[in-house]
Amino acid sequence: MTGLDQSHVPEPVLSVEHIAVHFGGLVAISDLNFVVNRGEVVSLIGPNGAGKTTAFNVITGFLRPTKGEVRYRGASLNNLKPHQVTSLGLARTFQRTSVFQSVSVFENVMIGLHRRNQSNLIDALLALPRQRKSEQELHDLAAELLDIVGIARRAREVAGALSYGDQRLLGVALALASDPSMLLLDEPVSGMNATETARFLDLLNRLHDRGMSILLVEHDMPMVMGVSDRIVVLNYGRIIADGPPASIQGNPEVIRAYLGQGANRHARN
Amino acid sequence: MKRLVPWLAFIAFASVPLWLHDPYLLNAFITTGIFIIAAMSLNLLLGYTGQLSLGHVAFFGIGAYTSALVSLGFNVELFAGIRVVHDPWPVWSGFLIGILVSALCGYVVGKLSFRVRGAYFVIVTISFAEVVRLVALNWVELTQGPLALTSIPPMTLGFPGIGYLDFYSKQSNYYLVFGVLVLSYIVISRLVHSHVGRAMIALKENESLAVSVGIDVTRYLVLAAMFSAAIAGAAGSLYAHYLEIIDPDVFSFLYTITMVIMVITGGKGTLAGPIVGGLIFGFVPVVARSFAAPEVQWMLYGLLMILIVFVLPQGIVPAIEKWFGVSERNPQADIGTRPAKIQDTP
Repeated sequence: MTGLDQSHVPEPVLSVEHIAVHFGGLVAISDLNFVVNRGEVVSLIGPNGAGKTTAFNVITGFLRPTKGEVRYRGASLNNLKPHQVTSLGLARTFQRTSVFQSVSVFENVMIGLHRRNQSNLIDALLALPRQRKSEQELHDLAAELLDIVGIARRAREVAGALSYGDQRLLGVALALASDPSMLLLDEPVSGMNATETARFLDLLNRLHDRGMSILLVEHDMPMVMGVSDRIVVLNYGRIIADGPPASIQGNPEVIRAYLGQGANRHARN
Repeated sequence: MKRLVPWLAFIAFASVPLWLHDPYLLNAFITTGIFIIAAMSLNLLLGYTGQLSLGHVAFFGIGAYTSALVSLGFNVELFAGIRVVHDPWPVWSGFLIGILVSALCGYVVGKLSFRVRGAYFVIVTISFAEVVRLVALNWVELTQGPLALTSIPPMTLGFPGIGYLDFYSKQSNYYLVFGVLVLSYIVISRLVHSHVGRAMIALKENESLAVSVGIDVTRYLVLAAMFSAAIAGAAGSLYAHYLEIIDPDVFSFLYTITMVIMVITGGKGTLAGPIVGGLIFGFVPVVARSFAAPEVQWMLYGLLMILIVFVLPQGIVPAIEKWFGVSERNPQADIGTRPAKIQDTP
C-alpha cells in the first residue's frame, strides 16, 4: 500500500476490516478490506451495484455490517449510531442532493454546526449572555464555511432554490460544519456540468492541502484519476484492485469489470 | 417594522379589558387565548419537528385534571387496600404540578414513539389520548367520571406576608391567560431560535442528513414533546380553573382538531401562525352566532377552513411574510457581505 504523499509516513485513520453485508440472501458486500491513511484521498470505484454506497452506509453507521469491523482512529464504529460516528470526526455527504430544502442556505449551515454549539438549553431559555456569544460564534463559523465552499453570496436564498452544483457544495459545507477530520463524499460531482466539477475539484484540492483525509465514491474517471492518491476498485461486493491511479488504469481485471466481461460471466453462473 | 409587530400586538391585546367590558366577548377572548396556548404547543411539535400529534388534547386534559385534583384534594383507594389521601393544595401549585405531570407524559410518549414517524406517530398519540380519556371516564373515585369535577377553585397566587391575588373576574382571568400566553410565546421563540430549534427543523426537513451532521434526533424529538406537553398542560390547567368544572369531554378529539386547524391555517412552523389561526377560529363561532343558526355556524367554520387551506396552503402568516418579503428565519442582512476570515491557502 503506497500513499503517494511521500512527506508523511502512512498512518491509517480509517480501517475497514473484512466487512460483509448481506440483505437476506443477497450479498451486497462479501469481503471488504482497505485502509485510508491520514491526509490521503482514496477513491472507491466500481460498476453500478458493486456495493460502494453500501460500504459508505456501513462506515457511517447507517447500516450494520453482517461481519467485520470498521475502525476510525483506533475506535470501533460497529455499534455506534450515525450521529455518534459524526462526533468522532467522520462526516459524509449523500449521493442525491441532500440539504435542508426549505430553509435558507445560511440556516442550513447553522443546523450543520450543531456539534459546535457551546450553549445549553438553560442558556437558550433564559437568553443568557453565553447564548448570545455562542450564536455569534456560530454565525461567524457559518459565514466562514460558506466562504470556503464558495457559495457565500447565496447565503440568504432558500436551499431548495439553489442550482444542483451549489446544493452539492452546500452539502459539503454541512459535512464540514461538524468539524470532521475525514470526509466521505458519495458521488459528489455526478450530474454537475464541467464548470461546477472544476469548482468542486478546486475545493477538494484545498481540503486535501489542509490535511483532510477523504474517501470518495465517484463514477467520473478523469476526476478520480486526477484527485486520488489511491484507488480501491470494487466489483460484486469484493475488492479487485487497490493502488495508485497509474497502476489501476492498466489493471486488466479492472478493465474487464468495466467492459462488462465480468457481468457476462456472472450472468451465466 | 418586522420587529415592531409583536410589540404592537402585545400592546393591543394588553389593552383589551380596558375598553371591552362585554362579559360574553371577554369570555370568548379568554377561551380563545387558552386554545391559542394549546395550539402554540402543538405547533412546536407539528410545525418544527414535523410530527403530527393527533392526541395533543391528552396533555391539555392531563394538565387540567392534575391541576384540578391537586387543588381540590382527593381520597382514592389503589390496589390492595392502600389509600392515597391528598389534602387541597394552593391553586398555583396545582398549576405547576399540572405542567410537570404533562411534561412527564410528553417525555414518556416521546420515548415510546422514538422510532416511529409520520402515520405511526399519529396512531401512538391518538391511542394515548383515548387511553387517558377512558381512565378519566372510568376511574370514578378519582375523577368522578362523567359526573365531572366541580367547584374547582379559580387561580390564586399567594404571597405569604404580602397578600393574595385571586382570579375571579373576567378581567383578571384575561390577564392571567394573556400572561401565560406571552410567557409560552417567549419560551417557544427562544427554543426555536436556538440550537434546539434548529435540530427540530433538521429532523423535520431531512432526518438522515440531520443524523449525519451529528444531531441526536431522538433526544430532540423527546425534548420537543416534553415542552409541547408542558405548555399544553399549562393551557389545560388555566381551562380547568377558569371554567371551574371539567369532565372527560375535555379529552374529546374535537379539541385536538381545533388546535390542528388553528396551527395549519395560521401557518405551521411560524411563531405567529397559531395566534393568527387561533384568533380566527376562536372568533368565527362568536361572529357567526349573531346571524346564523348553530348548524350553519359549523358549516361556515368548515367552509372558512377549506377556503384558507385552498387559497393559502402554507397558512396565513407565511403568505403575509412572502407578500412583504420578510421571513422569520432569514439570516441577518450583513452575512453575505462579511469578508472572509480564513484565507484558503494552506
